[in-house]
Amino acid sequence: MAELEIKNLQAKVAEEDGEQILRGVDLSVESGEIHALMGPNGSGKSTLAKIIAGHPAYEVTGGSVSLHIEEDEFDGIDVPADLQTWDLLDLEPNERAALGIFLAFQYPAEIEGVTMVNFLRTALNAKLEEREELFEDEDEDEADAESEDTNEDAAGYETSPMEGPADEGEVGVAEFQEILQEKMEQLDMDEKFANRYLNAGFSGGEKKQNEVLQAAILEPSIAVLDEIDSGLDIDRLQDVSHGINALRDEQGAGILQITHYQRILDYVEPDHVHVMIDGEIAKSGGAELAETLEDEGYDWVREEVYEAA
Amino acid sequence: MSSDQDHLKETDTEARFEFKKEENSAFEAEKGLTEETVRIISEDKDEPEWMLERRLRALEQFQEMPMPTDWPGQPDLSEVEIEEIVPYIRPDIETRGGAEEWEDLPEEIQDTFDKLGIPEAEKNALSGVGAQYESEIVYQNMQERWEEKGVIFCDMDRAVQEHEEIVKEHFMTKCVPPSDNKFAALHGAIWSGGSFVYIPEDTTVNMPVQAYFRMNSEGMGQFEHTLIIAEENSEVHYIEGCSAPKYSAFNLHSGGVEVFVRENAHVQYSTVQNWSKNTYNLNTKRAICEADGTMEWVSGSMGSKATMLYPSTILKGPGATDNHITIAMAGEGQDIDTGAKVYHNAPDTKSTIESKSIAKDGGRTNYRGLVHMADGAENASTSVECDALMFDNDSTSDTMPYMEIQENKVDVAHEATVGKIGDEDVFYLQSRGLDDDDAKQMIVAGFIEPITEELPIEYAVELNRLIELEMEGSLG
Ligand SMILES: Nc1ncnc2c1ncn2[C@@H]1O[C@H](COP(=O)(O)OP(=O)(O)OP(=O)(O)O)[C@@H](O)[C@H]1O
Ligand SMILES: [Mg+2]
Repeated sequence: MAELEIKNLQAKVAEEDGEQILRGVDLSVESGEIHALMGPNGSGKSTLAKIIAGHPAYEVTGGSVSLHIEEDEFDGIDVPADLQTWDLLDLEPNERAALGIFLAFQYPAEIEGVTMVNFLRTALNAKLEEREELFEDEDEDEADAESEDTNEDAAGYETSPMEGPADEGEVGVAEFQEILQEKMEQLDMDEKFANRYLNAGFSGGEKKQNEVLQAAILEPSIAVLDEIDSGLDIDRLQDVSHGINALRDEQGAGILQITHYQRILDYVEPDHVHVMIDGEIAKSGGAELAETLEDEGYDWVREEVYEAA
Repeated sequence: MSSDQDHLKETDTEARFEFKKEENSAFEAEKGLTEETVRIISEDKDEPEWMLERRLRALEQFQEMPMPTDWPGQPDLSEVEIEEIVPYIRPDIETRGGAEEWEDLPEEIQDTFDKLGIPEAEKNALSGVGAQYESEIVYQNMQERWEEKGVIFCDMDRAVQEHEEIVKEHFMTKCVPPSDNKFAALHGAIWSGGSFVYIPEDTTVNMPVQAYFRMNSEGMGQFEHTLIIAEENSEVHYIEGCSAPKYSAFNLHSGGVEVFVRENAHVQYSTVQNWSKNTYNLNTKRAICEADGTMEWVSGSMGSKATMLYPSTILKGPGATDNHITIAMAGEGQDIDTGAKVYHNAPDTKSTIESKSIAKDGGRTNYRGLVHMADGAENASTSVECDALMFDNDSTSDTMPYMEIQENKVDVAHEATVGKIGDEDVFYLQSRGLDDDDAKQMIVAGFIEPITEELPIEYAVELNRLIELEMEGSLG
């Protein structure tokens, strides 16, 4: 089990006189839950998502983002009691990834010259290695300590873009090919994407599908999906929805799904729906809240907020 | 992936570039460049009279020519003090022209080469290995089946003795005469070592021929000469790697490469160079390409204090083709001025130039290129693409693509991009688990991928590894 807990989070653009975007966000997402986050354009949804992942463009001016993980959250690692709570704001983006945070971007980057298969295996191994490092002090087992030494001897290769054979504890090329193939099939993705450059020239929908593929491979504890449904055709929306449900059902991930439309929520049924307005969660409710919003828009929520103020 | 890569792991690249052996040399020429020095060099090599005459003539030309200072934005060469260079040094071994067997080499040299990974490379079935320890080739081996076909691959000093006529005809005559530039003249006077490659008609050498050079002596210049002759309908891929350990003393490298591509022949010349950060790397490389021949230059320029390197191709016969792929990387205090020159002197000739450069920590890269299309070069076409990637605002990337077009019926395409490494791209990769350095390395690896994919796998890995080390700042 894992829980992402956001408390009174305030943040601004990290520049002099940068705009205040988040004005006190409270939100918790637990393993196995699906939360939908809705709200008008510019209300701060993507900003929240990026701050969770550690984007350097924003400065947190108050509040906290913490992650609680239980002892058995990660295969092969016993998370000791004193390392079960992490202040994410103190960590680098890759350390957050190692702890199981995943962000599917509203606008995924295109990286020329780096094949999907190469990138994904490198990322998976980097994440496993980083995770081991985060918990390594507690590793008293001698065998474990030794296998880490071998890893260090080969330093530089294990995360190298052009890799040699797998190090101990690393997912090897052949093994990875299998994982990738299986996940691509589940998402109904053409296998030729494995050898294409990361997002380069992908259509809008293909990029979104690819974000879900990456999540499936990296097996996050908490996945934040920023408008994963935008630009998807009807068939692909279903594939992607299956993928998201699988993240929860098979891997027990908690999902924070940012969306503008009810459409995807028909397939990925949310346990909770939140509305963000002007950098705050203005209203929360169950799945029915999304339907109301679809019919009536955000004005009535705004009015409620003003009345309360 | 394959067993190809296993050996690369064993030969830790980092170790390869950071070691330095005790000098143990039989002969060391006096400092300073005089006629006497040149005579000693020639005499020590037991050279024929004509070679001595060429050396002396080149020396004269060198002394007459001024230092090049008038190129716009050229690297500062004012610290090149040729007088300080002991231009010649040879390893302490008995056999003139090198040892036949690996085991014949002094242990110290074997040890050095172990670190360079030469025997491993050979184990991986490369057809020939010529490695230059200091100025002279001490070890090389060409698989017999190529020798039977009349293929020659030997060190240049030996070629002067054993293949005198053909060397006399081609050595710094039509391709790179000493008069070409001051450093070509210097090279002509004091050249030493290098490779000679001869591929007879209708012969395809389908494994790369490989040589590895490095400097390993303080205050020493390296002036190796490579001469490649590919007869009609022949094909060869020559690979040269250069690395130099760290030194405090001043170093100059001024190599010369001459390539003759006869009708319908195909030569690829690939080099990954990594000179130490105090080396001035000033080379002259040129190919003459006859009708329907193809010349391909693949160059990776890493290291050095300043590099000036513009491999050039003269497309002499109709239908001749040239491809240039260059990659340059400049870090703190480095000025890497590289590019390409192509002369379209015949109809239906074609050239493509692809250049990628990376500048970081205040380094400077410059693409300097020339495409010349002579009057009468009908239907010639060229495509030039230069992309520069900068890590920060302190670094500089310039592009100087010159075009001289004297013919109307030609097709010229040119594209240049200069960009900074994207923060969003780095963050995207970081969010997937890569740390900041690895994310940037991956972006750089992707940036140069069009080039690495042209290289044999071990060189591609090597290049990526060098770039990683460079980015970690762990190279001297
Ligand atoms: N780096 C930045 N610099 C300046 N302004 C920013 C930056 N990032 C976000 N903003 C501003 O903050 C506000 C919130 O942006 P954000 O992207 O979080 O909105 P959103 O809720 O995701 O909107 P949408 O539904 O359109 O995706 C917007 O007004 C946006 O212009
Ligand atoms: Mg958004």
